[in-house]
Amino acid sequence: MYEVRFHGRGGQGAVTAANILAIAAVKQGFYSQSFPYFGVERRGAPVQAFTRIDDKRIDLRMNVYEPDAVVVLDPTLMSVIDVTQGLKEGGIIIINTAKKPEELGFSGYKVATVNATEIAIEHRLGSQAAPIVNTAILGAYSKAVGNVKIEHVLEAIRENAPAKKEENAKAAEAAYEKTVLGW
Amino acid sequence: MKAMIRGNESIAYAFKLARVQVVPAYPITPSTLVPEKISEFIANGEMKAEFVPVESEHSAISAAIGASARGVRVGTATASQGLALMHEVLFIASGMRLPIVMGIGNRALSAPINIWCDHQDSMSQRDTGWMQFYGENNQEGLDLGIMAFKIAEDKRVLLPAMVGLDAFVLTHTVEPVDMPEQSEVDDFLGEFKPNYVTLDPNKPATLGSFGFPEHYTEFRFAQWVAMEQAKKVIDEVFEEFEKKFGRKYRKVMPEHTEDADIIFVTMGSMSGTMREYIKKLRAQGKKVGMVKITVFRPFPKEELIEALQNAKVVAVVERNISMGFAGAVYGELAATFANKSKKPKFVDFIVGLGGRDITFNTLESVYKVAEKALTQDVDDVNWIDVNKEAVYKSEGLQ
Repeated sequence: MYEVRFHGRGGQGAVTAANILAIAAVKQGFYSQSFPYFGVERRGAPVQAFTRIDDKRIDLRMNVYEPDAVVVLDPTLMSVIDVTQGLKEGGIIIINTAKKPEELGFSGYKVATVNATEIAIEHRLGSQAAPIVNTAILGAYSKAVGNVKIEHVLEAIRENAPAKKEENAKAAEAAYEKTVLGW
Repeated sequence: MKAMIRGNESIAYAFKLARVQVVPAYPITPSTLVPEKISEFIANGEMKAEFVPVESEHSAISAAIGASARGVRVGTATASQGLALMHEVLFIASGMRLPIVMGIGNRALSAPINIWCDHQDSMSQRDTGWMQFYGENNQEGLDLGIMAFKIAEDKRVLLPAMVGLDAFVLTHTVEPVDMPEQSEVDDFLGEFKPNYVTLDPNKPATLGSFGFPEHYTEFRFAQWVAMEQAKKVIDEVFEEFEKKFGRKYRKVMPEHTEDADIIFVTMGSMSGTMREYIKKLRAQGKKVGMVKITVFRPFPKEELIEALQNAKVVAVVERNISMGFAGAVYGELAATFANKSKKPKFVDFIVGLGGRDITFNTLESVYKVAEKALTQDVDDVNWIDVNKEAVYKSEGLQ
């Protein structure tokens, strides 16, 4: 079982990202499950969403407390919450930032970075002020974690992005290429 | 075909595949997506049904009664306060013997306001004469949703049915579901023909009329008989479904019970977490098993006796509480065994109210008390994962 936690802000699409990853995992032949942290959702407030991936049916229904990977859609969250909380030792952190992994000062984890904001703006996803980075970050997930191949991620995006399907897929593809692995 | 859908969508798809003709609904968290999705199906021309937007849940269930009495297949969905607001009308639906099917996103009741999961809403409607089914996952939501129509509409039954899915834990969780073909469901359900007297200007009839003391009890007894009959019909429908779709349903599902000293009784989504927890305990050589209750009304007494009679301790793990007594499932189970000479010790555990997560730690706390109960007396009712000290302090009981 592989467990992923997404950190974003309300409106950035963290929940959709978790869902699309689950769909992509099933395309690859896995079982999966995705769900939001069941809060009262407000635009801009920190939100969490989760994806479980396994090669057998997933019966577990509790929240994810010890993820194998965390995905951070908004780097400003890192000053508000501890995104590594419960993260397994040697777990993977994927962050939307212009910085390089070694500039972020994490130790004991594998860190991957990608400037998903820039990629989203280039692909006209959302606005300059509020770019939609959730599909780009999935490209980075595929590169960094590797358990769900990029072609399945792209297929899941094309089928499930609520709008601009092709632009979203292209953004994920670009992010896949540009992700910097700190290990 | 594998579909990646939320629990709410599994109810909406069940209605679509069952070719429900009228859907009166009023949105409420967490089941809003059910009417949303159905409106979308209708707008896209994928579903031929009349969606009736109403001003309250009281009106939604009243409209459902009107439509069902006219002789069409009717579905609706609600949760929590919405279901509570329907309360008085639920008796009318069952008393009029109308086979309405309703999806419930099982959610806590106010106060304090809480939108998350427990089973208080539908358990509080236990005595309204509706059948009650509880799904463990989204597949079960879809399958039970479809089967509920076949059971409810059977001439021997003619009672409305609720299908409960846990708030958020299922209603908002995306997971793979085997989606049957429309033709398969058509074949399974057959064309809808009302097996009851309907409202028809050409054949005038009065439905839901006055019942004097000379007749009222017979109407109530008829409902009792129908509920008893439903037990058999449910078995038949489950077996037919299994033959056709390959998925097995039983009113109660025992797992690892044959040699178990302790058996946990569960309902809804907690059953999956329990299954995983039992694997851990079994790996340590502990003799534990579980029984998942899928059908709560009619209460499957015979199957529960069969499944539980050889256990030493039965740990009832439930997401509801009848204040001043115990959880509803515990009470019913204890009563089921009241006249049996051989019976296990029953211990009640109140967990996961208002969306409090049911984790392995929760289940370990349950197990510890259940294990103690093997050799000594324990409390009848045990609240788990509760800050009791804070409560005692605030209630002035230091």
